[in-house]
Amino acid sequence: MRWYLKVLPPFFLLLAWEVAAILINNSFILPTPASVAAVLLSPTADILGSGSIIDNALLSVWRVLLGFGLAVLCAVPIGIIIGRYRTVEELVNPIIQLLRPIPPLAWIPLALAWFKIGLLSIVFIIFIGSFFPILINSIDGVRRVNRTWIETAAIYGAKGWKLLAYVILPAAAPAIWTGLRVGFGIAWMCVVAAEMLPGTTSGIGYLIMYSYNWGQVQVIIAGMIVIGIIGIAVDILFREVEKRKFQWQEMNR
Amino acid sequence: MTVVLRNVSKTFTARQNEPLTALQDISAEVSNGEFLCILGPSGCGKTTLLRMIGGLDHPTSGEIEVEGTPVTGPDPRLAMIFQEYSLYPWRTVRANVGFGLQMRGMPHEEREEIVTRFIGLVGLEGFGDSYPYELSGGMRQRVAVARALATDPAVLLMDEPFGALDAQTRNRMQKELLLIWEKTKKTVIFVTHSVDEAVYLADRIMVLSPRPGRIAGIYDVDIPRPRDRTSIEFAGLRRDVLELIDRLEDGQ
Repeated sequence: MRWYLKVLPPFFLLLAWEVAAILINNSFILPTPASVAAVLLSPTADILGSGSIIDNALLSVWRVLLGFGLAVLCAVPIGIIIGRYRTVEELVNPIIQLLRPIPPLAWIPLALAWFKIGLLSIVFIIFIGSFFPILINSIDGVRRVNRTWIETAAIYGAKGWKLLAYVILPAAAPAIWTGLRVGFGIAWMCVVAAEMLPGTTSGIGYLIMYSYNWGQVQVIIAGMIVIGIIGIAVDILFREVEKRKFQWQEMNR
Repeated sequence: MTVVLRNVSKTFTARQNEPLTALQDISAEVSNGEFLCILGPSGCGKTTLLRMIGGLDHPTSGEIEVEGTPVTGPDPRLAMIFQEYSLYPWRTVRANVGFGLQMRGMPHEEREEIVTRFIGLVGLEGFGDSYPYELSGGMRQRVAVARALATDPAVLLMDEPFGALDAQTRNRMQKELLLIWEKTKKTVIFVTHSVDEAVYLADRIMVLSPRPGRIAGIYDVDIPRPRDRTSIEFAGLRRDVLELIDRLEDGQ
């Protein structure tokens, strides 16, 4: 473990930041690391009457869970059906290919037109953002299930839901899980962006936008760091589960 | 008769190409407890024939019967062992061996007893909780054999099960398979392209010709087991079979 190699770059980044902050000497452009740390160290303190960092971050997490959860509930079953049935795939593939490249943020105006400003719009944007990576990975995972595994199951009389539950799902699970991980990452980006929309009054994205209006750059940077930390924490969580549950995939030649 | 093939033919029709006759007019009978090897060069349709007996494929014409009733699809009277990649890597050895029984709805406790017995039969005591990726190729195929036997099929279908193993492991697996076969008295239909393997294992060898696959010769193997690969009889039969296969390939 050469831990010092991992510690050195952040240390120098911090140092460069400190030096730059002193040279610029303007906290509206670049506050010092210490002032950002002060914000981070009191995460429960109210900021400009908008609630604390922690409250706003938790609210954002809650919104993501709603939109992401909805996307999982829709995309995984649909992905399995598309992956299993060639005809369905040929039928819906053009639509998927057409919708997929549209960035989730391009849906914002439509979301506003349909659902007005509020939770529903935000959840919709998150849903759109995470739906496609989950869908694509689920389709792929199901389609790549080893033919011999399916035929073996057929030999032993597994049909219908048994085939699905005991062979297709476990075999496709690593790919589906990758879809969830990527989908969550995108969902997390979407929530921050959606919360910056005019009219929103809470969430971590709102908090940093609001802080900008008040010239509180140290809060902006602190908020960004919190966004980063939550993002990486969830990613690590996903990878840990992957390592433990789907070890067989790596080792399976 | 355990397995009866009656004028079985199979034609594949690809979209743009000419229809391809893979198998033509195969008729044979396999008796109870017999060890039959289907031997032939690649492209002779031997795997297709085995898949049709196993109900994974259907003959274009002709009939396949097992124990007097026709095979219409995957059938509990038949179990198949593939060349490789047939174990479920997310399941332990025990869970793999119990798979067929589980699919048939046998309760867990009842299953466990049978699983233990067949893991013992293939000599994998102590590996029950291992995963397939922790096992060697030979051990994996033993798990596949145990899984097939656990469902107590009338016929064991084997599609080049030792084809991916190294020569030494393959020889040992052949020996063990014969021991297991003698203990369980199953009917075995074993597909291979190795003449040596066929002569070592079989009661009877069915040689198929390439494209279209037809029965080119049937050999009864009367050499007593365990067979000595270096014996004159063994070498003689192997030469006869090899000569036939050479002639078939030259005739192409």
